[in-house]
Amino acid sequence: MSTFLTRIRHHLGFQLGALLLVLFVGTALLSFVWTPYAVDDLQMRSKLLPSSPGHWLGTDHLGRDVLSRIMVGAKTSLAVGLIAVGLGMSAGVTLGAWAAARGGWVDELLSRTSDLIFAFPAVLIAILITSVMGASAVNAILAIAIFNVPVFARVTRGAALAMWSRDFVRAAIALGRAPFGITRRHVLPNIASVLIVQATIQFAVAILAEAGLSYLGLGAQPPTPSWGGMLRDAQTYIFQAPELAIWPGLAIALAVLGLNMLGDGLRDLLDPRLRLLRVG
Amino acid sequence: MEALHRRHLFGAAGALATVSLFGPEVWAQAKDRLVIGISLEPPVLDPTKNAAAAIRELTCPNVFESLGRIDRTGAIGPGLAESWTISPDGKEYVFKLHTGVKFHDGESLDASVVKFSIDRLFAPGSTVPAKSLYTDIDKVEAPDPATVKVTLKSPNSYLLYNLSLGDAGIMHPKSAATNDKQPVGTGPFVFKERKEGDSISFAKFPGYRDAASIKLGSVIFKVVKDPSAQVSALLAGDVDAFPGFQAPELVARLKKDARFAVVVGTTEGEVIMATNNGKKPFNDLKVRQAMAHALNREELIAAESGFGTPIGSHFPPHNKAYVDLTQTYPFDIAKGKALLAEAGYPSGFEASLKLPPVGYATRAGEVLASQLGKIGIKVAIAQLQWPQWLSEVFKERNYDLTVVAHTEANDLDRYARDGYYWNYDSPEFKAKWREVVAVTDFAKRDELLKDCQRIIAHDAVNGFLYQLAKIGVWKKELVGMWENSPTPSVDLSGVHWKA
Amino acid sequence: MIEFLSRRLAAALVTLVLATFVVFAVVEVLPGDPALVMLGTDARPDTLAALRAQYGFDQPLSVQYLHWIGGLLTFDLGASHAYGTPVAKLIGDRLAVTLPLAGLALGWALLVAVPLGVFAAWKHGRVGDWGVMGFTQIGISIPNFWFGIVLVLLFAVTWQIFPAGGFPGWAHDAPRSLLALVLPAIALSLSEIAILTRVTRAAMLDTLREDYIRTARAKGASERTVLFRHALRNALIPVTTVAGLIAGFLVAGAVIIESVFRLPGVGQLVYDSINNRDLAVIKNVVILFTILVLAVNLLVDLAYAALDPRPRVAA
Repeated sequence: MSTFLTRIRHHLGFQLGALLLVLFVGTALLSFVWTPYAVDDLQMRSKLLPSSPGHWLGTDHLGRDVLSRIMVGAKTSLAVGLIAVGLGMSAGVTLGAWAAARGGWVDELLSRTSDLIFAFPAVLIAILITSVMGASAVNAILAIAIFNVPVFARVTRGAALAMWSRDFVRAAIALGRAPFGITRRHVLPNIASVLIVQATIQFAVAILAEAGLSYLGLGAQPPTPSWGGMLRDAQTYIFQAPELAIWPGLAIALAVLGLNMLGDGLRDLLDPRLRLLRVG
Repeated sequence: MEALHRRHLFGAAGALATVSLFGPEVWAQAKDRLVIGISLEPPVLDPTKNAAAAIRELTCPNVFESLGRIDRTGAIGPGLAESWTISPDGKEYVFKLHTGVKFHDGESLDASVVKFSIDRLFAPGSTVPAKSLYTDIDKVEAPDPATVKVTLKSPNSYLLYNLSLGDAGIMHPKSAATNDKQPVGTGPFVFKERKEGDSISFAKFPGYRDAASIKLGSVIFKVVKDPSAQVSALLAGDVDAFPGFQAPELVARLKKDARFAVVVGTTEGEVIMATNNGKKPFNDLKVRQAMAHALNREELIAAESGFGTPIGSHFPPHNKAYVDLTQTYPFDIAKGKALLAEAGYPSGFEASLKLPPVGYATRAGEVLASQLGKIGIKVAIAQLQWPQWLSEVFKERNYDLTVVAHTEANDLDRYARDGYYWNYDSPEFKAKWREVVAVTDFAKRDELLKDCQRIIAHDAVNGFLYQLAKIGVWKKELVGMWENSPTPSVDLSGVHWKA
Repeated sequence: MIEFLSRRLAAALVTLVLATFVVFAVVEVLPGDPALVMLGTDARPDTLAALRAQYGFDQPLSVQYLHWIGGLLTFDLGASHAYGTPVAKLIGDRLAVTLPLAGLALGWALLVAVPLGVFAAWKHGRVGDWGVMGFTQIGISIPNFWFGIVLVLLFAVTWQIFPAGGFPGWAHDAPRSLLALVLPAIALSLSEIAILTRVTRAAMLDTLREDYIRTARAKGASERTVLFRHALRNALIPVTTVAGLIAGFLVAGAVIIESVFRLPGVGQLVYDSINNRDLAVIKNVVILFTILVLAVNLLVDLAYAALDPRPRVAA
């Protein structure tokens, strides 16, 4: 463990990524208890103000404080990303581990279904899904989660299959242990690092996806602030208040950058030979 | 007719494009060409097949003409009929047609063609979107080739108006089936070509009965949906005119440019916060009154960059029958709270606000959520796609509140309809409206219309917010564009470039 | 080999058939009534019913499905409900925007990424490599639609070199149409540059370890010859493969960028069709994109199989 900590101390990318993630999560948590202004506080007389000591990042087209909205937007992004990846990961890992343990038709079915989901143009299908179920943060989560399932299923299956051919697992089989027990006690603990790294990367992808969907008006509904939604509004006022289009995008980029660096760092630290899927 | 069409009513006139490709000499000669920007693309090009306002804006009366013609002031003048008489009981209309009128494909217009066109508006099994406007018609006869007689089942003081709408455009039996893709009418412009998602082009019809008065040789309607792209298209010279400019917030940018005239006019579009009167707690007059007191129209109009006129009822301020009712329930948060408490909601309640996908609705929605919040009503916004809005809000009436612009003229009748989406049912209003429809004296009709406005304002049926402004932007050398929008139309017959 | 190929082909076909079920089902449960969209708020119930019958929406689902599949098999995509024009024509018109856009983006991405990747591999482990890798990290983290907005801010609002959006049309003004694709292509290419740079770098590092490179170096070949003549030539194989995969993504995935720049491309066509419930267009475009992705994946598999005769385990 101590060597792990020493390696962290020498991995600049990991440290930067962790710092950005702390900033991101911290901002989101802080927004629960404090923002400079209320996010739904309309002040039509002070709309589209530039940055000033009163409003560090200015005000939007309805006179709302942009910094406050970015802070609450972090909460939206974090929640959507976490839940979507969490759901996709639970389902994907279960299916992938099952396919690896069971083989045969289960495995074949899983492969075909993964192929199917990967074959669809993701953005269009996400738009269709939110059209069917209605635009909301919850449905955006579901749409993103669906595309996470096959990612985790494939990674889990691949890593788990490798485990099943290892000696200690063969020994367990020889002892007559049930596949479920072996999966739980031997396989999953040994592939956890792959899954953690993949989850970090998927979190970044999910935040990008959430931003894209809410840019199209299919994510969290107004007046709840979301970074993508703020960008869409900002684009309308690009001739009058160009800086409005800078801040939400910067927030997205920094959050995603942090997670990507953290993910790459974790991979270097845990197991440099990991094979990851990058989708989207 | 095509009720509540999104905000984009117009399309209109413009100039000579392709400046970048030709030298100045060619420019001078090319001055009969106009490129008009439109923000909403018409789906098909036949107003009897689809309700989209954009179809009427482009094709009526440029391609399809009706018996009467609505001019730039909203008055009805001769169209394909040069004159008409109405019987004293208001049930018989006799139209005298222009003679020698040709369709673009060479067919002639006569009374039998007019009879065919009007018959198909109300025939059983017809799929004309505006069918309900014409179901008062009993029969149409063609006693001679230049005369058409329309007999009504009961008098309808709006019949002449309805027959002048684009919905009643006169079409030939030979081309009626294919007008959606290849519109053939009698108007001054011939349909040339369409590129879906991009542009629709017209050329002058040399066989038009008054061809000498038409100055434009070719017209291209170019689809530019996004507001900032509309500004770019104007600045770059890709379009000469944007008769229905969609971005009030960007007008300031265009005013700075000496090449353009920014013309602000009136529309028939009332933006309302439609309220489900059939649903608890909105069935309680006190609750609706409380919400009316919570409305700060100044703030709502500020969200539209100041474009719009406050309204206190469902009626356009520029109409001569208008009464100012904006102070029926003045902005007063304390009063609103008190009324809510009286109605049994001292701590307010939760309500949904389902918005159609249009800019003004999104902006008004966020402002309304904040304003209603101040009297204790917690509003949850949901943005719907247009088809969802039509099904869920309009047809199934599964909503609390919504924001939409009712853009057609003379649409007070909707408050007399049974099962209309706001579920308003007032015997008093219905009786008054029956009088409006049956009256033959137009001065008396104006008085009745004022009473109608007062009834719905008092009942606070909907939140009456503001009248949409028509923002037109075009090159300064362009003459004859409509300043106002009395009907969805980009009438090009009087448009030309300054010599 | 043959067995592997036929297995992959069969799997792709099964996936495609499943995809038609999914697409048909999703389109079927889209809320909203296309007839109501066409006829608007004043339509009477009898008019709506008549129109639905006219379009065959009242037929049993199985009949509608078979009708659609029959059309697909005979290359008849039917007509758009909204426009009344053939879906094939609509798609063709939009591809005239999307294909050049994707082509420009991919071309630009390769132009930037390959030299960057070679440079990073050459400077492996040194500052230059770090810089390039840092850049790629940023490249995959920036949402491409925000990058597009920033480009608009700089090149359209501030300096007014490029249009902020919209598309004049090839027939109307070809040079300016090309200009209108420049910013969107750059925006679209950002993350692809990052990915291709990483692929190039990794492939270069792999080949630089090979024996023949050492031999070339030992023979005194110049660094430039080693890098470009020997190493890059081999490294280009995986780069081309990934570029192929990206090409498929660029055509199907440009929806948001097309939305930012208001380009009338295929992505916008589907997006608008979803918003207008133009069911015939949605179904066909989504399934065509699916076929495209499946075909690209299959080609990549074939390419690998051809280059590497060892039997492959499914991914």
